[in-house]
Amino acid sequence: MQKIGVFVCWCGSNIAATVDVKAVAEAVKNEPGVVVSTEYQYMCSAAGQKMIQEAIKEHHLDGIVVCSCSPRMHEATFRKTAEAAGLNPYMVEIANIREQCSWIHKDMAEGTEKAIILARSAIAKLRNNMPLQAGTSAVKKRCLVIGGGIAGIQTALDVADAGFEVDIVEKRPTIGGRMAQLDKTFPTLDCSACILTPKMVEASQSEKINIISYAEVEKVNGFVGNFTATIRKKARYVDELKCTGCGLCMAKCPAKKGKNEFNMELDNRPAIYIPFAQAIPNVAVIDPEQCNKLKNDKCGLCERVCTAGAINYKQQDELIEREYGAIVVATGFQPIDANPLNELGYAENADVVTSLELERLMNAAGPSKGTLVRPSDGKHPHTIVFVQCVGSRCDENTKRGKPYCSKICCMYTAKHAMLIREKYPDTDVHVFYIDVRTPGKNFDEFYRRAVEQYGVDYIKGQVGKVANENGKLMVQGSDLINGEQITIAADLVVLATAIEPDPTARSIGTMLTSSMDTNDFFTEAHPKLRPVESPTAGIFLSGVCQGPKDIPETVAQAGAAASKVIGLLAKDHLVTNPCVAGSNELLCNGCSQCEKVCPYGAITYIEKEVRGPGVREVRRIAQVNPAVCQGCGACTVTCPSGAMDLKGFSNQQIMAEVDAICL
Amino acid sequence: MTYSYYPGCTLKDRAKELDLYARASAKALGIELKELPQWQCCGAVYPAVKDEIASRLSSVRALMDAEEGKLVTMCSACHHVIKRTNYDWNNDENFRTKATNYMKPEVPYDGSTQVIHFLELIRDEIGFDELAKRVVNPLTGRKIGAFYGCMFLRPGKALAFDDPENPTIIENFIRALGAEAVTYPYRNECCGAYVVLEDKQVAVNQVDRALHSAKAAGVEELITACPLCRYNLIENAVKETMPVHYFTELLAEALGVKEVQ
Repeated sequence: MQKIGVFVCWCGSNIAATVDVKAVAEAVKNEPGVVVSTEYQYMCSAAGQKMIQEAIKEHHLDGIVVCSCSPRMHEATFRKTAEAAGLNPYMVEIANIREQCSWIHKDMAEGTEKAIILARSAIAKLRNNMPLQAGTSAVKKRCLVIGGGIAGIQTALDVADAGFEVDIVEKRPTIGGRMAQLDKTFPTLDCSACILTPKMVEASQSEKINIISYAEVEKVNGFVGNFTATIRKKARYVDELKCTGCGLCMAKCPAKKGKNEFNMELDNRPAIYIPFAQAIPNVAVIDPEQCNKLKNDKCGLCERVCTAGAINYKQQDELIEREYGAIVVATGFQPIDANPLNELGYAENADVVTSLELERLMNAAGPSKGTLVRPSDGKHPHTIVFVQCVGSRCDENTKRGKPYCSKICCMYTAKHAMLIREKYPDTDVHVFYIDVRTPGKNFDEFYRRAVEQYGVDYIKGQVGKVANENGKLMVQGSDLINGEQITIAADLVVLATAIEPDPTARSIGTMLTSSMDTNDFFTEAHPKLRPVESPTAGIFLSGVCQGPKDIPETVAQAGAAASKVIGLLAKDHLVTNPCVAGSNELLCNGCSQCEKVCPYGAITYIEKEVRGPGVREVRRIAQVNPAVCQGCGACTVTCPSGAMDLKGFSNQQIMAEVDAICL
Repeated sequence: MTYSYYPGCTLKDRAKELDLYARASAKALGIELKELPQWQCCGAVYPAVKDEIASRLSSVRALMDAEEGKLVTMCSACHHVIKRTNYDWNNDENFRTKATNYMKPEVPYDGSTQVIHFLELIRDEIGFDELAKRVVNPLTGRKIGAFYGCMFLRPGKALAFDDPENPTIIENFIRALGAEAVTYPYRNECCGAYVVLEDKQVAVNQVDRALHSAKAAGVEELITACPLCRYNLIENAVKETMPVHYFTELLAEALGVKEVQ
């Protein structure tokens, strides 16, 4: 008979307020195998852990059950505690009586009853536990960064600085991301390109950083320390090594109807193009939708004018397969589509623009060379209305936008308003807002400057309609402070559209088995204590893919993600999880069901001679690669003959738990 | 095809044309609008803003009396009140329970009646393409604007048959009749409604803005489904004026049954 110890934690009042912890300890005292059962205020504290260790030694315990918080919180803590006292760490079971019990119940009697059941079930499982030994696996010393915006670039630079190889995979033809499109940055009003492009150059010149642009990650296998990624490098129809970025092809290309993505489609670009002057790599790319040569086999002008002989119409997509120890997601954001918000007239009126479009309209390299003009007629707008919270902070039931605050809009709107008033003092600037949110260093001072120094008219209220009356945009809104409905005749309306995760985020999240929230932002391992790690080991988060952020926050998070990557890559070996699946050769009938459901490709089939009572034959049987298996358990529930079992969570253990609850 | 029909009080008095042209047009389209044997005033918008059960019971009774699961409405206000009452019946347990307890019907209303406006009936059951084929006097060359008003489409969640901010149903109807549909920004705004009784200037301002906007866009005549909107658009037009018809009048004209009345 095993000797089991049960330790019930109060977690201060977190558990003890709803669960009678003394009653729980008392109730399980006489469960089979239990030799000691006690409670303590904070089991995770040094004193609590010491208490467990002393009990292990004193009673020669074979296993312990800790009734406390979620195993995600402190399972590792108590395993270490047990190990230090000479117990196999896999002889520790956690009964979660906090998240799954005390926090969700109000009634003491109910809570206590449930806690006792949970404790009994953990004891029943522990009676079937076997000591397990963790193995080790080597760490591949290379990092993959998905996304080449400021987040990805900063993470790559920091990881490279520590001496590790980094690949940046960027889906667009150049790195730089959204920040490259911005004109000025708040709260210092320094030029965005001036602070970003040196970093882009630094990344391209680093010996440790390899930029794979115009490419997407297609498949990822493996696990922490040992990922294998397949990257599709899309055909640019231009040889990257030969192209000098001279731009002659762009000047000569007769097809000039391509929508200029970099300028938010406010103007056109040729079919062969370099997205912007400081693009990295500074290499042209052909848009196959626009190119007459690729579509109809006519033209071919760019090939004739290219002095470097870089044009290659026959170029194909290329698949690159590489191994990585860590993966950083830095997929960023896009502004939401303002077209469905009909009352704001974005779809019908050229002079209703989004804030990111305004950035391009104000930028010296933008479609109007930095002169602020109306897209419809090229005239200078004398009255400009900004509308904040467009698609942000919406009632989820209305499905008219995002429930969250996009965080950056208040500040960039203040920036836009201030810059316009500075450059064109004859312009009236009005801002409709719900609240002005400026928590950040020097942020509120910045906003107040817009109001007090630059005379920007802030109106508390929302806009209900933008109507075009003979070219004037009649902005109808409520002025809550004066308690009246007002209409402003504007020349330009700027919508501070909400930001949402890049559309590729969902598929990348699925590929990485990395969890996401309902808005497709990546979930962090812990919202406060592990903000840059994904719950999936070896996957790290950088920038807006995790939640709305401004540039300083993004850069800080990118650095934090890099430090986590460096910590991982600095290790030569990782301790592997011994809770992996294994197949019982006598029961396996080689049906291949488990192989089909395994998300990690850990199962293969071998022909093997099977010997057992009355059996001696060569059979096709499943074999699990323990280095690849992540212990998800999909195979064990799929196996029709019950041959597949998961160590630490065997069918026998699970059934014992169920029995303890139900019988 | 026969449909249960709720005309509403105004259509028996000030807005008789709306009703008469509708019946004539329906007949031409092979539809019989069968007036409910008994019906009472819907309460004309007021019940929707008051937290009160009794004033909405007439709507519930009309919903219960509808045959074949469908009830056709004609007036914007009736459509608004009955459809919202139906929506609340299906979504507000408190209202459903209290109204049932009050009425004590032999068989409680199960919420299954569909409230369809006559325009919806044409769009969904006949089809605008089919309507275009039945037109004998196409209204070619006429520049017609739709005046939706505020309550025909809102609240969008309950009314749910067109986009309240950028509606298209009346424009498509106009096109089916062979005329040019002209859109203008204020076609879905409030006409001033009953506020005219307390503050005439509100209605004057609303109407002026709408007519100005319509005229600027090139509208030569307006059509509406709402008696109240038509009243305000005619009676409170100060700076601009424009002919305002019920949509059924133009329908009857296009179908060649206007003179029969």
